[in-house]
Amino acid sequence: MNYKSIGHFVALIAAIEAVFLLPALLLALAFGEPQAVFPLLWTIGIALALSGLLFLLTRGARREFHEKEGLACVSLGWIVMSLIGCLPFFFSGKIPSFVDALFESVSGFTTTGSTILSEVASWPRSLLYWRSFTHWVGGMGVLVLLLALAPTGGQGFTMHLMRAESPGPSVGKLVPQIRKTARILYLIYFALTLLETVLLLIARMPLFDAVCIAFGTAGTGGFGVTNGGLADYSPAIQTIVGVFMFIFGVNFSCYYLILIGKIKNVLKDEEMRWYMAFSAIGIAVITFNIRAQYGTLGESLRHAFFQVGSIISTTGFATTDFNQWPLLSQAILVFFMFTGASAGSTCGGMKMSRVIMVLKNLRRNLRQIIRPNRVSVVRVNKAAVDEGILSNVNTYLACYVIILIVSFLLLAPDMPDMTSGFTAIVACFNNIGPGLNVVGPMGNFSGFSDFSKIVLIFDMLAGRLEIFPMLALFSTATWSHR
Amino acid sequence: MKILIAGAGKVGATMVRQLSDSDLEIVLIDNDKEALEANCERYDVMGLLGNCASVPVLEEAGVAQADLLIAATSLDEVNLLCCATAHHLNPRLHTIARVRDPEYSDEIFTLKEFFGLSMTINPEQTAAEEIASLIRYPAFLQRDRFAKGKVEIVELQVEENSPMCHVALKDLSRVAGCRVLVCAVIRDGKSVSPGGSFVLEAGDRIEVTAPASNLNKMLRHLGFITVKPRRVILCGGGKVSYYLSRRLITNGIEVQIIDSDPERCRTLAESLPEVSVICGDATDKELLEKEGLSSCDALVTLTGRDEINVLISLYARSRGVPQVITKQSDTGRFAILGELPLGAVISPKELCSNAIVQYVRTFRDQSGDTPVSVQPIADGAAQACEFLIRDDEPHQNIPLKDLKLKPGILIAAVTRGRSTMIADGASSFKGGDSVIVVAGSELLHFRDIFA
Repeated sequence: MNYKSIGHFVALIAAIEAVFLLPALLLALAFGEPQAVFPLLWTIGIALALSGLLFLLTRGARREFHEKEGLACVSLGWIVMSLIGCLPFFFSGKIPSFVDALFESVSGFTTTGSTILSEVASWPRSLLYWRSFTHWVGGMGVLVLLLALAPTGGQGFTMHLMRAESPGPSVGKLVPQIRKTARILYLIYFALTLLETVLLLIARMPLFDAVCIAFGTAGTGGFGVTNGGLADYSPAIQTIVGVFMFIFGVNFSCYYLILIGKIKNVLKDEEMRWYMAFSAIGIAVITFNIRAQYGTLGESLRHAFFQVGSIISTTGFATTDFNQWPLLSQAILVFFMFTGASAGSTCGGMKMSRVIMVLKNLRRNLRQIIRPNRVSVVRVNKAAVDEGILSNVNTYLACYVIILIVSFLLLAPDMPDMTSGFTAIVACFNNIGPGLNVVGPMGNFSGFSDFSKIVLIFDMLAGRLEIFPMLALFSTATWSHR
Repeated sequence: MKILIAGAGKVGATMVRQLSDSDLEIVLIDNDKEALEANCERYDVMGLLGNCASVPVLEEAGVAQADLLIAATSLDEVNLLCCATAHHLNPRLHTIARVRDPEYSDEIFTLKEFFGLSMTINPEQTAAEEIASLIRYPAFLQRDRFAKGKVEIVELQVEENSPMCHVALKDLSRVAGCRVLVCAVIRDGKSVSPGGSFVLEAGDRIEVTAPASNLNKMLRHLGFITVKPRRVILCGGGKVSYYLSRRLITNGIEVQIIDSDPERCRTLAESLPEVSVICGDATDKELLEKEGLSSCDALVTLTGRDEINVLISLYARSRGVPQVITKQSDTGRFAILGELPLGAVISPKELCSNAIVQYVRTFRDQSGDTPVSVQPIADGAAQACEFLIRDDEPHQNIPLKDLKLKPGILIAAVTRGRSTMIADGASSFKGGDSVIVVAGSELLHFRDIFA
């Protein structure tokens, strides 16, 4: 285990977070929010101090990364990042409990969007900006950003880091160099965010709200800047956000393919088609199901479109309280919570490509029982899927279910009711945000005990980092040579 | 004419055998001393030891004076390099390369252009095409095409209950419902040139000349099943299987491949999504039955071992599979195999060298006096040769019954433009026609058929 190189990376993460906090500090000064200035200053100080100390301790580290260093780096990096990120909330006294502050910060970085706050209207705008910005950074990943910023020829910037942080069962490069791949991803990400902000401004949304909501959409997070969430804005704004939620649920390599003119490959992409089909069917059924509540079909379609986009892309914005919806519609939403959108996007959940592989593998294996001698392969996009990836997907599914069940049992003593408890875990683990009942779109997570919140924090991190890095943290195989 | 042949393997050796008896100057290049010596001792060729793709070796072989290069080593890349190098040394040289990797075969036209190849040959693909054409018509044991596909000579088996049984040859056209001509009959393993009063018996194999457009009608009248097969089992998952499956699938036929190598099975399953690939031993009776041997329409044995192929084919015949095709690599056993109730037997290398010899023949002399195509029929006991008639041919427009032909020579068909005539005493030919002649031995010139 190369402890020094891990320390070095954590130091880099702390330093870069200090840089990220600067715009928030400038906003605090510009808006004249003294209650935010000092907490932000303190946090930046602590981040820099920690970073400096770690740099000193890890001088001369060999940048050598293998699977376990990559996994440990990602999980430790994210934990440190969340710990630093929660300090402004805690120091400012806006969230007096440290666990609550950490919950809010983890929820931000993991792009979950679950909150323990009942109102944000009274908050300093600089802190709200920071809360939304964590979504944006967490969406594409801070390590990917580090890889993008890394100097040329830097050794050790291996795929292990990127693979550990990027969502999806098989992470590949777009171009031969990993640094350029990371840059392309961030450029697409930045451009799409900018586009959304501009469109929101055109739809007469205030600049501050537009930027924060764009951050929340891009990272598929879901923190709002008003008490009522997206329900406070005009239908035009809601539609723009709805469309962009779908857009950020698409695999980013699709956008790269479009950029280099291979649009045909995108249209033929199986994951893309499943994503479209699932969403379309969901929207159609829900529109029909809820039409009595909204009177006109157009109105129901708008709400169904927005909520399906919000849940399937695991963003978690809401234009309406879907707690009031018929059970069928709620059930469809819960189903989408599990599937999530495409791999290689900023969304959470199982990812469409895993769902496809699990189902196809299942069909293949069932046929194998009937005809044991027959050799068949699982195909996605007409290409045979490696057995290693299939086994990895199955392992993932097993871990996923086990973590879900264990979290459910751990949370059981604290649950207000079955639906709230269950959907709270599902919403956190899949990085969605709101669940149903108490934790529904108009509710929050403040009712849970500190222990339950820690369980949910773990679930959020495990969900965002795709389970394995978090489990690696607890495995002796990571820390010893045995 | 000077020909360079690179590679003294099976294909190379077969070509040397077929070409060395004519007036050709042949240089054989190989880096295996023993294979080279064996060929030089047996045939009238010059051997050259060395790497066929290297410039000094090619120069020593006399590439500058050569007219044709045939690269038939076992490696595709070496063959391509050899042809490309030789083509640079002598731009008017014609080159033929053996390319058999499926990955290259898909882009063969591009490769031909890049490397300046006159022709590429792929034994496995040729065999697959041959098998596929046989499977389309289950009754045929062998099928040879002439005159750009307008005339065919097909081999048929006379069964006990067939309408052909006990029929004299002169009455066969009436039974078949169209003009047909039997050019050879194989009875008890021996080939006979039959007269009009010859009566067919069960167990005979006949070589029938018929216009391609009448094949279906003829088969129907002769009592053969002409329904398209629906399911074919291929034993062995080699390159022939791969090419064959692709052809069969495009024809809408269901294909099952049985192979015992799990890795090969996986590769096949990856590259052929529509095929059902079964991992197991094709000599396992249980497995064959489980995969529906008794109810399949055809079975092709394509494993790497000739003996296994024969074994499986015999078993399949005994289980009543309507059509069985056997692949054989070693052509030396054909004489023995002819005695067994095997059905059609295919040899990829033989087919491939036939194709090259064909090319050499057309290439050698384009004056028209030599055959444009020669196909061995009746287990090689006879040769079917196709000639293009020159405008100054002295025997034009004379009814065949008035022509004095050498004994054992039979004019089978004459095609003129689009029409095809199965020859009888009243037929004649003129300049520009294609004439198909069946003879006991190979004919070098058209004038040789006349007494």
